Amino acid sequence: MNKKINRLLALAALAPLALTACGGGGSQASANGKVGELTVLDYYNNEPDKTHIQKALDKCASELGVTLKRETVPGKDLIQKVLQRSSSRTLPDVLMLDNPDVQEIAATGGLSPLSDYGVNTSGFAQGMLDAATYEGKVYGLAPTANTLGLFYNKEMLAAAGIQPPKTWDELKAAAAKLTTGDRYGLAFSAIATYEGSWQFLPFMWTNGGDETDLKSAKVAESLKLIDDLVASGSASKSVVNWSQADVRDQFAAGKAAMMINGPWQIPSLAKTPTISWEAVQVPVHEAGQIPVAPLGGEVWTVPLTGNKDKQAKAAKLVECITSDENQLALAKERFTVPTRTALAGDYVKAVPQMAAFTDQVSHARSRTGKLGKEWPKAATVMYTAIQLALTDQATPGEAFTRASAG
Amino acid sequence: MPGARRRRGGRERLVQVLFLAPAGLYLVLFFGYPVVKNVLMSMQAYTTRTFFTGEAPWVGLANYATALGSTLFAPAMLNTALFTIGSIVGQFAIGLALASFFRRKFPLSGFLRSMLLLPWLLPLIVSSATWRSILDQDSGVLNAFLRSLGIIQEPVPWLTSPSVALLAVVLVTIWVGIPFNVTILYGGLQEIPEELYEAGAVDGATGWKAFWHITWPNLRPVVSVVLVLGVVYTLKVLDIILGLTNGGPANATQTLAVRSYQESFVNFQFGVGAAFSNILILISLVFAVIYLRLNRRAVDE
Repeated sequence: MNKKINRLLALAALAPLALTACGGGGSQASANGKVGELTVLDYYNNEPDKTHIQKALDKCASELGVTLKRETVPGKDLIQKVLQRSSSRTLPDVLMLDNPDVQEIAATGGLSPLSDYGVNTSGFAQGMLDAATYEGKVYGLAPTANTLGLFYNKEMLAAAGIQPPKTWDELKAAAAKLTTGDRYGLAFSAIATYEGSWQFLPFMWTNGGDETDLKSAKVAESLKLIDDLVASGSASKSVVNWSQADVRDQFAAGKAAMMINGPWQIPSLAKTPTISWEAVQVPVHEAGQIPVAPLGGEVWTVPLTGNKDKQAKAAKLVECITSDENQLALAKERFTVPTRTALAGDYVKAVPQMAAFTDQVSHARSRTGKLGKEWPKAATVMYTAIQLALTDQATPGEAFTRASAG
Repeated sequence: MPGARRRRGGRERLVQVLFLAPAGLYLVLFFGYPVVKNVLMSMQAYTTRTFFTGEAPWVGLANYATALGSTLFAPAMLNTALFTIGSIVGQFAIGLALASFFRRKFPLSGFLRSMLLLPWLLPLIVSSATWRSILDQDSGVLNAFLRSLGIIQEPVPWLTSPSVALLAVVLVTIWVGIPFNVTILYGGLQEIPEELYEAGAVDGATGWKAFWHITWPNLRPVVSVVLVLGVVYTLKVLDIILGLTNGGPANATQTLAVRSYQESFVNFQFGVGAAFSNILILISLVFAVIYLRLNRRAVDE
């Protein structure tokens, strides 16, 4: 009898092992040189982006003679998915990552540098290369990039008789003048997530502040600007709880005359045709400064799957999707900016609305260029300090010291 | 025939084991493994790299030191306590009032009682997104409503002021928790025999008197179950807070559950995140033990 129980228990114990064995088997198959199918993982799970990206992928796949198996997940789930797949050794052949995450994932050892496959990375915007570089090697390329700018409601500014602001003083004056009744002059996001830090960067960087020295006077000055805007009532106190999508909704509803936001909002702004808008670069502290904004956008990488042939093919796919032709096509469809700097002129000619953003991208910096894996810590300090100042828990001068206490 | 008896005993044992095996296996796989893994993780430098390399160096209690030593620990602990106590008191008081109310049969009472379950059926992501817009300072419905009644002059900064945000989060959690309280307490009230009230009425115990001397003593066992389960459920609330405030403004709504989530899935410090969640589990465990003891006493009686 005991023998039977033992046999049963042994079977029960083996069952999970057998299951994992099945799961792991697939990725090692077909190591004989011929690549039929590549798996792709990205976070463009919403329309219209999903279709635009699919079109670009399909075009490249047919050029390379492979079929694609694409999986899209919501943006906030991507990193968890990547980590799960890393531990079960089922990473996709081609992986899209948000640019500030590339170094974090490259540091796990799960990605392969593009130099292994002879991919030419020259001519790309330096900011994007910085984001994708880990220990001196480039791990991915982005077809297009985005950044932040100042959107303004043309009718409201015309009615108030003011020009789009170029400096902080002009921004404050314009925002104050445009604030009436239940309408605010300016809307931006200062939410307690990385979105809040991202929206603060154009002010901080343009003023010479740096993420490696957050307690500097330059950074405090930038915080004072947005604190003044909220304290004077030119921007809503609700900015501490607004995401960038909320900011767009306020602007689209006519409850804000100007907003800090990115060009990815353009398709949804188009759904409210009654709002006529234009965009300029984010105002600078003193006239003559060059506006430095953060660089957004997604990078395509080649994970280490163990199948050399597939990895090589995947690198070709990354090369193809970032080709000049695809960059321009994707940039036009998605209101993003080509990352190959030489394409800027052609692009602005084709899409004049994007002129300000294209200029802004040429000087834009990546969030992880200096701090790499340490960026999340700095970003947390930043949004905490912003929240402390805007809710009057600390003055702009002491907010960063308090926030970095941990 | 001692041999046959022994064989029969053996077969009985086998049957016992086979009956226990599914439950045992389930417990080990879905409760034992995660708990052990979590405890181990809290003593390792478990980062994104670990997922690829499998290496997680042993660091002993360093993660607990990081968690306990962070400036956010004390506020998060206090917020967890205030949040849990506030939510439970509100849920229970309103739940009991509604349950007593529905004890009387009136037209549409069954329909209304089932409508009360609605907050329970909505996904928390949906309800917190809805509440976020209701509580908006400038354009929220709640402020507009309170202003039209003349209760407030200035809009209340529900989610934007550090001194009000925790209260707002508690109010939404109360709203979410009422259906659970009503359902269980209503069930408990149905168990109290009608004769007790009839006999009480003869002796002059009606209204509040009937509640204190008949309803409350008879409801005690159910009350303890509702409260202890409520505490355990509320301690770990995460989605409502993330949906409403993300732990802000200025960390005013940070709780242990939010800390654990943010350390693990925002900062990728899985070891520190696990340490926070183990502290949370330990607190829950205290209430679970209280619950089991109360249950046992109820059975003994």
